[in-house]
Amino acid sequence: MTHLYADSLLTDSLTKFADVVAAVLIFFAVLLIIFFAAGRAAGRLARPATIVAFLGPAILLLLVGLVLPALRTIVLSVENDDSTSFIGAKNFQWAFTSDTIHQVLANTLLWIIVAPVLATLLGLAMAVLVDRLRNQSVYKSLIFMPMAISFVGASIIWKFVYDARDPSLPQIGLLTQIALWLGVKHPPNWILDFPLNNFLLVVIMIWVQTGFAMVVLSAAIKAIPTDILEAVRIDGAQAGQTFFYVTVPMIRNTLIVVLTTVMITTLKVFDIVRTMTGGNFGTQVLANEMYSQSFVQFNNGRGAALAVILFVAVLPLVGYNIVQLRRDRGIR
Amino acid sequence: MRAEVTTEATPEAAPARAVPAVKAIRRAFSSPIASLLVILLTVVWTIPTVGLLVTSLRPAADVATTGWWTFFAHPSLTLDNYQTVLFHSGFGSSGGLFPFLINSIAITVPGTIFPVTIAAMAAYALAWVKFRGSDTIFFIIFALQVVPLQMALIPLLQLFSGTGVQFNGTTVIPGLNIGGTYAPVWIAHTMFAMPLAIFLLHNFIAQLPGELMEAATVDGAGHFRILQSIVLPLSAPALASFAIFQFLWVWNDLLVALTFAGGTPQVAPLTVRLAQLSGSFGSHWEALTAGAFVSMLLPLIVFFSLQRYFVRGLLAGSVKG
Repeated sequence: MTHLYADSLLTDSLTKFADVVAAVLIFFAVLLIIFFAAGRAAGRLARPATIVAFLGPAILLLLVGLVLPALRTIVLSVENDDSTSFIGAKNFQWAFTSDTIHQVLANTLLWIIVAPVLATLLGLAMAVLVDRLRNQSVYKSLIFMPMAISFVGASIIWKFVYDARDPSLPQIGLLTQIALWLGVKHPPNWILDFPLNNFLLVVIMIWVQTGFAMVVLSAAIKAIPTDILEAVRIDGAQAGQTFFYVTVPMIRNTLIVVLTTVMITTLKVFDIVRTMTGGNFGTQVLANEMYSQSFVQFNNGRGAALAVILFVAVLPLVGYNIVQLRRDRGIR
Repeated sequence: MRAEVTTEATPEAAPARAVPAVKAIRRAFSSPIASLLVILLTVVWTIPTVGLLVTSLRPAADVATTGWWTFFAHPSLTLDNYQTVLFHSGFGSSGGLFPFLINSIAITVPGTIFPVTIAAMAAYALAWVKFRGSDTIFFIIFALQVVPLQMALIPLLQLFSGTGVQFNGTTVIPGLNIGGTYAPVWIAHTMFAMPLAIFLLHNFIAQLPGELMEAATVDGAGHFRILQSIVLPLSAPALASFAIFQFLWVWNDLLVALTFAGGTPQVAPLTVRLAQLSGSFGSHWEALTAGAFVSMLLPLIVFFSLQRYFVRGLLAGSVKG
């Protein structure tokens, strides 16, 4: 029986890999055919044909996958939940007046303030402090490591840390055990305890994003011209003064970009809440509510309205980052 | 965020060229307290993952009754949890995690190859086959990063599944009916990767020396030959950076997979299954931790072996739609 099962598992996997290989081969075959067809075009048609062959696939994907769906979502957001009639701004009215969504918006606000600020501050502290240690790459790699882990994996890691049992039983969750060691008689059941649970979920986001902030800020600090630091030193500045009056102002733009980038990620993240609580116990956030409305309750209108709200919230942040990047790169 | 600093960005980059000023500041700051803070933070950052790894290697009975930190006093190791979680049914799942692991690989490989290829072609055309409006097109593509992928999910799902795109009750575009296969997930990941991929690769490809292309054109090479034999080999570092970025993104993704793959063992990747399991059998920590570690192993290997490229990609453009 087990033998048969192992057999079917193997065949099953081989079939899947064969599908993947076939798909990749077909993909490249189609590209080759396109190139070949474009190469046959002669004279005045040669250049446009080349452009279409090279740029066409990307443009098509962007139109079908991003531009048109985004426009369609805006239309859906002013229609009812099965998209059969126009209902104006009712979905948005619902989003801003219903009590459950008030909770969601309040939680989301907490997330996008606490997570970016703490992740950036911790990342900055690490970037400055680690520079002076031996084996700094070891510390940096370990702080940076959570970036490689999925939000689902990170959530499971922390769910285990937050595991709580009756205080009389042996504990398996580290946080409860630490609380008991510290003499807390009845530690709360962390994940159920509102509003503390919201902060405990935000901790996961900070845990993941601090490494990102550290790496980017560390690069910015290393790019500060050394003659400036030299001049400041000759003028007799203390290390603390140098940090606050030279380092921080010189990396100000990078600081803001890190802050906004973490904010954008935080605004859109739904995996953590979904894995940790499913949005229960007063922990729901905008991105997860959008998913639930659209794909669990099939309220397309409300889901689309929440997506539009998310888009409008992200817009100024990404807009700022893009302007920054353009200025730095000199993109016309 | 600046291209010029990227070479120094790797955590391995030793401060070899430290001049006296930097040294002085470093010395002034380097108090035992600072070192202690760094070590403390690193330990706090690492302990949760260590706890997960240790738990996944302990016998199930131990995991259920004692904390993982007692392991160091009474060590006993087993790989049974991995065996159970990968291949055995039970815990409300019929086939273990193995099929989902295969799905993760089957989704991630094309989910990385497709966007890298298509974006490299587009980036080359935008950089070296200049035409009227090519700069505008590049900027529009770049600016499309503002669209969160949540904005695209509902209509795309309607397109991929049987419903098709409907407007006021009439079908405008019939559904593609490719639900239940890997195709929607591959296509969605390829679509969503385009703005960042084209932006990153264009920045690199546009800086390649123009004389090379001119010489090749004089020798009679077409654009396809130039792309294949000059541009792609020279862009290997940028392609690697983006490929690693995209690999980690797709492997770790939950939203796209959940929306377009559903939860079946035929198509769903590890992240989807683990998210389900974490809700449904939270008390089986030995299995859940082992499962989580299975999902983390490959990204961690990629991350630690190719950190340099990953950091470069991260610094070049960290706004991902």
